[in-house]
Amino acid sequence: MAVQQPIADGDVSAQSDPRFLLVTVFAALAILAFYLSAVYNYFEGDYGAPFASIGGIAGGVVSIDIAKIFNFIALVLLLFPIAIIFRTKAWFGFEGKQSYAGNVFNDSGLRNFFFEMLVMAFLGFVFWFFVGNTVRNLAAANISSGFGFLDRAAGFGINFSPFIQYSETSTYLTVYMVGLQNTLIVAVLGIILATLLGFIVGVARLSTNFVISQVAYAFVEVMRNIPLLLWIFIWYFSVLRLLPSKQDPLDLGPLGLLNVAGYYAPRPVFGDGAGWIGIAFIVGIIATIFVARWAKARQMATGEQFPVFWTALGLIIGLPILALLASGIPLTFEMPTASRFGPRGGARVIPEFLGLLVALVTYTAAYIAEIVRAGILAVNKGQTEAANALGLRSGPTLRLVVIPQAMRVIIPPMTNQYLNLTKNSSLAVAIAYPELVSVFAGTALNQTGQAVEILLMTMLTYLTISLLTAWFMNWFNARMALVER
Amino acid sequence: MKKLMKSVALSVTALGLAVAGAQAATLDDVKAKGFVQCGVSQGLPGFSNPDDKGNWTGLDVDLCRAIAAAVFGDAEKVKYTPLSAKERFTALQSGEVDVLSRNTTWTMSRDTSLGLNFAGVNYYDGQGFMVRSSLDVKSALELSGASICTNTGTTTELNVADYFRANNMEYEVVAFEKADEVVAAYDAGRCDVYTTDQSGLYAQRLKLTNPGEHIVLPEIISKEPLGPVVRQGDDQWFNLVKWTHFAMVNAEEFGVTSGNVDEMMKTENPGIKRLLGTEGTFGEMIGVGNDWAYNIIKQVGNYAETFDRNVGPETPLQISRGVNDLWSKGGLQYAPPVR
Repeated sequence: MAVQQPIADGDVSAQSDPRFLLVTVFAALAILAFYLSAVYNYFEGDYGAPFASIGGIAGGVVSIDIAKIFNFIALVLLLFPIAIIFRTKAWFGFEGKQSYAGNVFNDSGLRNFFFEMLVMAFLGFVFWFFVGNTVRNLAAANISSGFGFLDRAAGFGINFSPFIQYSETSTYLTVYMVGLQNTLIVAVLGIILATLLGFIVGVARLSTNFVISQVAYAFVEVMRNIPLLLWIFIWYFSVLRLLPSKQDPLDLGPLGLLNVAGYYAPRPVFGDGAGWIGIAFIVGIIATIFVARWAKARQMATGEQFPVFWTALGLIIGLPILALLASGIPLTFEMPTASRFGPRGGARVIPEFLGLLVALVTYTAAYIAEIVRAGILAVNKGQTEAANALGLRSGPTLRLVVIPQAMRVIIPPMTNQYLNLTKNSSLAVAIAYPELVSVFAGTALNQTGQAVEILLMTMLTYLTISLLTAWFMNWFNARMALVER
Repeated sequence: MKKLMKSVALSVTALGLAVAGAQAATLDDVKAKGFVQCGVSQGLPGFSNPDDKGNWTGLDVDLCRAIAAAVFGDAEKVKYTPLSAKERFTALQSGEVDVLSRNTTWTMSRDTSLGLNFAGVNYYDGQGFMVRSSLDVKSALELSGASICTNTGTTTELNVADYFRANNMEYEVVAFEKADEVVAAYDAGRCDVYTTDQSGLYAQRLKLTNPGEHIVLPEIISKEPLGPVVRQGDDQWFNLVKWTHFAMVNAEEFGVTSGNVDEMMKTENPGIKRLLGTEGTFGEMIGVGNDWAYNIIKQVGNYAETFDRNVGPETPLQISRGVNDLWSKGGLQYAPPVR
C-alpha cells in the first residue's frame, strides 16, 4: 500500500500511532468485503472481479444482491483510511493538523469529514442506482433509448413558429427549438405586459380616487382567487369563441381582421431602401444615449435640466420617420384577404396564443399589483414629506424618491412571479398552443415513446430558464439595493 | 454506526425488491387481483364509451370483457382506465393497465420501439375528413389552406401532414390532447376540418351541436388497423389476448352465437368441439380453463354480434361490415384455426 511508504522511510513514531492501526483495520475490512462479494459472485455464476462489480454499482443494477451490498460497505470502509490520510497529511510530508489529542475518534474534523463522505457516497449510489436501473429496465422492456431520435424527421405539423423555419420534414431537435421559442415568446411578452399592468393596478390600488382604487381591488381579488387553468379555459373557450366565424370576420379596418381563428394584422412589406429606416432607428438610439449622458453630466455640474424624454422620443421615432419619407416610402402593408377557409395572408396571431397570453398576464399582474402596493407602502411617509419639503413636485417625488426605495422591496418577490409565469406557460398544453411541454414533451414524446430522454430535456430546459431569470433578477436587485458602507 | 449501516443496507435491499417485483407474468397478476385492468378511450361511441349508468360499452370494451370471460369465466371482471391518446402507451408500459384496447393503430415503430406488441386487429379503419356541408367541399383535395383539428400524439396527426405535403397543399394543424377538446374546437368553428379514423368521425359527429350539418368526405387517406396492445416479453398473456379475438372470429365463421352456444356444445363438428373445449385442451395451452371460448361466446358473443351491437347498421353509427367482414365474405377478418 502506498500509505506505508513514508513509514518505511523511517518514521518510527508512526509505528505506535493509533492511526496506523485504524488504517490497517479498515483497509483489511474493505478487502474482506470485496473478497466476500467476489466469493458470492462466484457462486452466483458471475465471475467478474470484485472491482468490476463496483463498476456494476456505477453502471446501475436491476436488483441489489448481497455482493453489491458488500461492495457498498467496502466503499464506505475505504473512506475511513482516506479520511485519515486527508486529515493528517503529515504522512505525505505535509504539516498535518493535529487537532486531536491522541485518539482519532476525538478528532471532530475527521468525524465530520467521514460522515460527509458517507452521505455523499450514499447520494451518489442512489443517483446511479436510479439512472442505471432506468437504462437497464428500458433495454429489458425493448423500449428504445438514447438521443438518436433528435435527428429523425418529426413528420407532424406545428401551426405557430414566427422565427424558426419549421416543416414536417424538420427534425425532432427543431421541434424542441420551436417549442422553446414559443415558450420564450409567451414568457417574455407575458413578463413585460404583466409588469406594466401590475404596476398600473398596484398604483391604482393606492389611488385616492375611490372608484379607481375599488376597481383595482376587484381586479386583484377576482384574478388571483380563480385557478389559472380555469382562466385559460375561460379566455380561450369562452371569450375567444364569441368572436365571429372564419368566413365572416370582424373588420378592424386598417388594423386587420379578427375572428375565431385568430387576429390577422397587416404585414409590413419593406421595399428597396428600407434599410435606411433601420439605420435611422439605431442612430436614434445611440444619439439618445449620448444626449442622456451629456444632460446628466450638465445637471450634476450646473443643476440645469434638459428634456431628455422628449428628445429621445424625437430621435428614436422621428429619425426613422424622416428616413421613411426621405427614401420615398418603401413600405407597404399586406392586408389579409378573404378565402374559402377564412382570411389568408397578413401577419396572423393564433387564438391559442392570445388566450394563453391574456390569461397569464392578467393572473400574474394581480400578484404583481399587490407586490407593488406593498413596496410603495413600505417606503416611510417621511421620505415623501422630506422630498416635498425640499421643493420636489409629486411626480419627481414618486419617480426619484419613492419608487427607487420601493424597488428594493418589490424586486425579490417579483422574481418569483416571473418564474411562476414562465413555468405556468406550460399549462398551454390544455389549449393547443404549441409550446415546449405541448409540442415536445407531448406530441414528440408520444410519437417517439422516449419519455425519459424527452422529460429530462424538458426539465433541464425549464431549470435553465428559471435559473437564468433568477440570476438576472439577483443581479438587478444587487444594483438597486441600498449601497452600504 | 452499525445501526446506520443496517438501515442503509435494509433500505437498499427494499429498493431492489421493489424493482424486481414489477416483472411477474401478467396472467398470474390478473388472476391474483381478480380482474383485468383494461385501458380504453375517454369516450368514443361504439368503441369504448360509458353509457348513462356508467357502464362501459363498445367494440373495444367487448374485447376486454371477452378476455375477462376467458380468464375468470365472468365477463364483468374488468376495470377500465380511460386514457388519452398521449397517455396510453406509458400506461401500458408502466403496468398501469394489463391490456390496451383503445382504437390504437398498429404501426411498425409502435410495434418495434415502444416495448409493446399488437395482438391482432379487431377493426380495420382508415383516416377520413369531416367538414361543414356549408363549405361546399366535395373532395379532400379542395382543402388547401384549411385549419385542421386533430388529437395530439396520434398517427392521424402524421397522416394529415403526409397527405397535405404529398398533394402540395397548405394547411394549419391545431392539435389538442383530449378528443372532447378537438370536437369542441371544431364545433366552435376554430377549424374547418376535423380528422380522425373514419369510424371515429361517425362516432364524434353524434356529439356535435347539429350533426346533420357536417359531412364526411369520401377520401380515406391511410390504413388504420386498430387492435389490442400488450407489453412485449410476456408471450403467455400475448397469446391469450390474441386468441380471445380469434375465438370470436372463429365463432362467427362456425355460426356459433351467444344464443346457440349451449346447443352447439352437443355438436359433432370437430372444429366447433375444439373451439368450445369439448375436445382437446386448448384452454390449458393459454393458461385458462378449457371452456374459455364457450364463456367468451356465451357472455360477450361472436365477432359479428359485438360488431352489430356496437357500431353496426342498427346503431347510431350505422357502419357496414365492409372490410371488417369475414374473409369468406370478402372482408379481412381471418382467424387461424383452433387445432
